[in-house]
Amino acid sequence: MRVEPASDSALFISFGDAISLEAHHRVILLFKAIQGLRDPRIWNLHPAYSSLLIDFDPVRLTHEELENVLAPLLAESGPSSLAAARQIEIPVCYDPELGPDLVMVAEHCHLTEEQVIAMHTGGDYFVYFLGFSPGFGYLGGLPNQLHVPRLATPRRQVQAGSVGLAGPQTGIYPNDSPGGWQLIGRTPWRMFDPRADPPSRLYPGDRVRFRRIDADEFERIRREQGQDR
Amino acid sequence: MIHVINPGLLTTVQDLGRRGYTHLGLSPAGAADSVSFRIANLLAGNEANAPALEITLIGPTLEFETAATIAISGHGTTVSLPINQAFEVAAGTRLMVGPLSAGARAYLSVRGGFKVPQVMNSCATFLPAKIGGFDGRALRSGDKLAIGDRIQSGPRKLSSSFSYANLLPPDGPIRVTPSLQSDWFDHETIGRFYQQPFTVTDQSNRSGLRLAGEPTPSTGHGELLTEGIALGAVQVPPDGQPIVLFVDQQTTGGYPKIANVISADIPRIGQLRPRDEIEFQSVSLVQAAELLRAQERALHEAVS
Repeated sequence: MRVEPASDSALFISFGDAISLEAHHRVILLFKAIQGLRDPRIWNLHPAYSSLLIDFDPVRLTHEELENVLAPLLAESGPSSLAAARQIEIPVCYDPELGPDLVMVAEHCHLTEEQVIAMHTGGDYFVYFLGFSPGFGYLGGLPNQLHVPRLATPRRQVQAGSVGLAGPQTGIYPNDSPGGWQLIGRTPWRMFDPRADPPSRLYPGDRVRFRRIDADEFERIRREQGQDR
Repeated sequence: MIHVINPGLLTTVQDLGRRGYTHLGLSPAGAADSVSFRIANLLAGNEANAPALEITLIGPTLEFETAATIAISGHGTTVSLPINQAFEVAAGTRLMVGPLSAGARAYLSVRGGFKVPQVMNSCATFLPAKIGGFDGRALRSGDKLAIGDRIQSGPRKLSSSFSYANLLPPDGPIRVTPSLQSDWFDHETIGRFYQQPFTVTDQSNRSGLRLAGEPTPSTGHGELLTEGIALGAVQVPPDGQPIVLFVDQQTTGGYPKIANVISADIPRIGQLRPRDEIEFQSVSLVQAAELLRAQERALHEAVS
């Protein structure tokens, strides 16, 4: 473990320089323990693959004082199971109109499209962290056979809800935005809604599965969401 | 109601930011120059965090349906409106703020604050995801702004000893502390970083200020695993041109960071215009904390 100042108002805690499940567990345990403190001097937490950045109020706290606050939590956050993790099942329609790169992904992986879908829905995923844009979760746990490169030229506009693959990860674009991940389907869920409580469907540390739905169910869920909000 | 006759270049409703959601990928947003923002609210007698208008380079023209007390804080406007003092506006007045004569941003607060819905505990506008403020966007002609009730005291005056230029020096180096990858840059590159002026480019906004100068790329450390980014981080992509990450920044990133702007100078970043030249100066964490305390003291003593 490495603890060092990132700025005059931020402390950085690293559990290694590689992506690993163990580092992820330690990040999430520490992240949740700090949230549990509800310390008003701690402003923002940025979990990532193997690190946690903590923004604090530099008028009321120093790096040393924050380290003292964290010491008991760090002592506890050894490797342990995340049995309490929340499990989310996200509906995804894999029709080619909604997943424009499905055919290319299947070709690249020497699989049929049905096999790609079966593997994607068969995986057990976990949310490393959220970043890039509000509600965008970086999901680990993608089966090895589905690791594909990013698009050579990113799309200028990716539709909200699009489910993409990039390297060892899968993720869902919460808003219309530019993006370079290969798109294999789309969820009708609104992944981020600032007026909902909680605003994000995903949370750091969640476990995720994907459930295949057809175009009719996609439309039905989307309509229901429209009425809700 | 206050009618927007002309919105100016980029006028948004801001407060001191939406804290506590970076783990959902949402940066705090809020006033780019929180010091001027706080002064505008102090002068109007508002709560410190009452929503105010952030004006960028060219201010709006507003028509006041009812009488109001307002304050504009910043380095200056070209139209002869009182700056850094509260003044009354009669019903029916058309108030033209016009271009700012100095600095990039000014804050217009109305006594009571602007009334917009709280979204995720803040009224700040986060433009990249269209969250908060007035409908998640910059003001447009025809918008109507309501006045709130977030009053704390009577309107105040700046104390006679107050100096805006002392609080937010328009010139002088931007002070930074080392950051997480400072040792990814060799001695020569670090020297180049601190010994040259960088130009603020047109590709700068509330998410980040892109600088141009002699390149200062990191040397031979390969790729960085994506990690959290602090406000004011100076990251250097492979082209060697630094980017100062600002209030609407992404919450995580994978470029090495050579330095980080100190808290006391973050508001000065909000006053930089495209084509301004800046230099960086390295200070210790202890000095950074002292500079921030001095700034806080000056703010407390700003009003009589």
